[in-house]
Amino acid sequence: MSAVSHPVMDHGHAPARPAAIAVEHIWKRYGDFEAVKDVNFSVAEGEIFGLLGPNGAGKSTLIRMMTTLIPVTAGKAVVGGHDVSRDPDDVRCAIGVIPQAMTSDPDLTVEENLSIYAKLYGVPRGAREKNISDVLDAVDLAKWRGAQTKTLSGGMRRRLEIARGLVHNPRIFFLDEPTTGLDPVSRIAVWEMLNKLKVTRNLTMLITTHYMEEADKLCDRIAIVDHGTLVALGTPVELKNSVAGANVVEVHFDRQDDAWQGRMESMDGVTSVVSEGGGFYRVITRSGSKTTMEIVELAARLGETLTSLSVQNTTLDDVFIHYTGRQLRDEQVKAVTFALPPRPGVRP
Amino acid sequence: MNRLLAIVEREMRKFFRSPSLMVMSLISPILQLVIMGNAFGGKIVGTHVAVVDQDHGPQAVKVHEAFDAVAANIQTFSTIEYNNEVQAREDVRTGKIDAAVIIPPQYSRRVYAQDAPRIGIVVDNSDLFTSSTLESEMQSLVDSLNAPQVQDRLARSVALEVVELYPYVNYLKFLMPATVALSMYISVMIGGGILYLDDKARGVHEGYLVTPITKLELVFGLNIAGAIKAMLAGISLGVIGSLLAGLSVVFHPMQMLQLLALIVASSIAFNGMMFLFMVRVDDPLVPRAMFGVLNTLLFYPSGAMYPTTSFPKWLQALTIVDPFTYVIHGLKAVLLKNGGWIAIWQDLAFLSIFGIASLLVATPLFKRTL
Repeated sequence: MSAVSHPVMDHGHAPARPAAIAVEHIWKRYGDFEAVKDVNFSVAEGEIFGLLGPNGAGKSTLIRMMTTLIPVTAGKAVVGGHDVSRDPDDVRCAIGVIPQAMTSDPDLTVEENLSIYAKLYGVPRGAREKNISDVLDAVDLAKWRGAQTKTLSGGMRRRLEIARGLVHNPRIFFLDEPTTGLDPVSRIAVWEMLNKLKVTRNLTMLITTHYMEEADKLCDRIAIVDHGTLVALGTPVELKNSVAGANVVEVHFDRQDDAWQGRMESMDGVTSVVSEGGGFYRVITRSGSKTTMEIVELAARLGETLTSLSVQNTTLDDVFIHYTGRQLRDEQVKAVTFALPPRPGVRP
Repeated sequence: MNRLLAIVEREMRKFFRSPSLMVMSLISPILQLVIMGNAFGGKIVGTHVAVVDQDHGPQAVKVHEAFDAVAANIQTFSTIEYNNEVQAREDVRTGKIDAAVIIPPQYSRRVYAQDAPRIGIVVDNSDLFTSSTLESEMQSLVDSLNAPQVQDRLARSVALEVVELYPYVNYLKFLMPATVALSMYISVMIGGGILYLDDKARGVHEGYLVTPITKLELVFGLNIAGAIKAMLAGISLGVIGSLLAGLSVVFHPMQMLQLLALIVASSIAFNGMMFLFMVRVDDPLVPRAMFGVLNTLLFYPSGAMYPTTSFPKWLQALTIVDPFTYVIHGLKAVLLKNGGWIAIWQDLAFLSIFGIASLLVATPLFKRTL
């Protein structure tokens, strides 16, 4: 099964291994609202595949269809060789799922949580004890086996969730935003653990995230999802290379002037300029050093002051902007603005 | 089967790890039993009645003597002498005293002349219980004053002989069936309603749904666990409440067996009903909001507090389908009357059929997906 989808689609082919997950022309509609629109991709065995997108992009809807939690409106999803619509129980036996929320029971001990899920997955009595010990070792929670879950830290609880999803030795592992709400140290620990699990257990993983860094460091391939469609697919390197311009120059003038954008766009090698307000611009260029020089010369010629200037290689942020026309963090800022109304006397 | 048992195991472990849940499902009915049983069940004593004697004749003295007898014996009221009728009325109105008895001028003369003698009583009828008790007590006193000094050798008036089938049932005992029923209902409301939807909102059910558990296993697992919790509440309250109220059911194995059977059937009925109500609800606030509504709709018309025969027709129709009616009827038969299986088999049958029917309706409504 070849991976297919569109934009970077030429770069989106799965490695030449059997497909653990194959999604073909899948749709999800809620009344008139189309949450997922004609998405195609496949995930090879042993691959870590990331679905990257802002909140509300359709990542969780996609993962829920693949894990049999919601019915597919149209199209087909095959997971572990089983059609999610026709053989949901076979799919459920083949997969482990870590939902976005931490759903382990805080009143139960670590071992009790794992034991109950082992029973729900039908792990035979003889294998149960060994499986629990193995997964606790794998997530480094063996010494917390008898602890009540509510006494664990956030990072440890997330590791318990991961252990719970592995207690029946699945071949395919779905993780819905596995590091949301964790501090940076715990987040890195989870990444390391997932990489280790991939190797030691030969797991295929599908991860949804809205963290660029997570997708970049963890995933073999990434699909960018926006407004229910898959807008780009490829390895992190392929995605970065697909963006015209190898460097990003971030320049901050001490005042906002609409004329700056046009002047920088006309510079040699510059492929796009994005104004972020307050005199701050992100300039994507084929030659970072040359564009930097030109910006400095331009500012000196016009007597303008540069507050800051930096050059960096293309990141997934730039890739995301390129394919969606906006920044992932814009969505998060909007969410925060919605959650926290402006304080009296403070200008938004 | 293992999966079903895993759901039951999880629910029960959680139940025993949260003692506050157990305590809360027992504490409210016990409080109700103790507070209401003691507050509402007793006789009214110690009220204050003003006596305004404007006659001071021999017959007025007889009235005083009758009042003194009441104050010394059943103590329903004690008397306070007033000289001013207007002041006595005002004090009743302002609540300083509970009633005022007026013995008018010429009362003794009218008694002797058999010229329609009257004694007046001013009562505060905004307090129905006190005023009706005082009226009834005064009527008894007046009847005794009217009785002839010398009784006929052969009684001509018809007398009613009351035979009570059961030992005296005080209010505490009377409340026991309602208390046991409420403990099961509260347990089901908390365990089957509030916690069920809290788990759903926290994503616990999402965790279940990604496993190969079947719809039937999940529905029956949740309901068996809920019914077990309600049974534990019912049994605990049945034993503790019986000892508090002075009922001997705990010392009679057959009565205990009947009580147990009723508790099992009631728990299945209550839990099935609650599951049916909540099966398509997602908002955890709903059961909290429904708590009072269901309580009023199901508990009060059940005959737990007032006899259903006094209800209007439309309310009587509700009691026919209300499982509380059968729970209360059965518990009264076992706890207060020792009526045996013959007295409760219809209640057991209705409750069992009601519980199973609720589950049969709820199961297809239960969504195996989110």
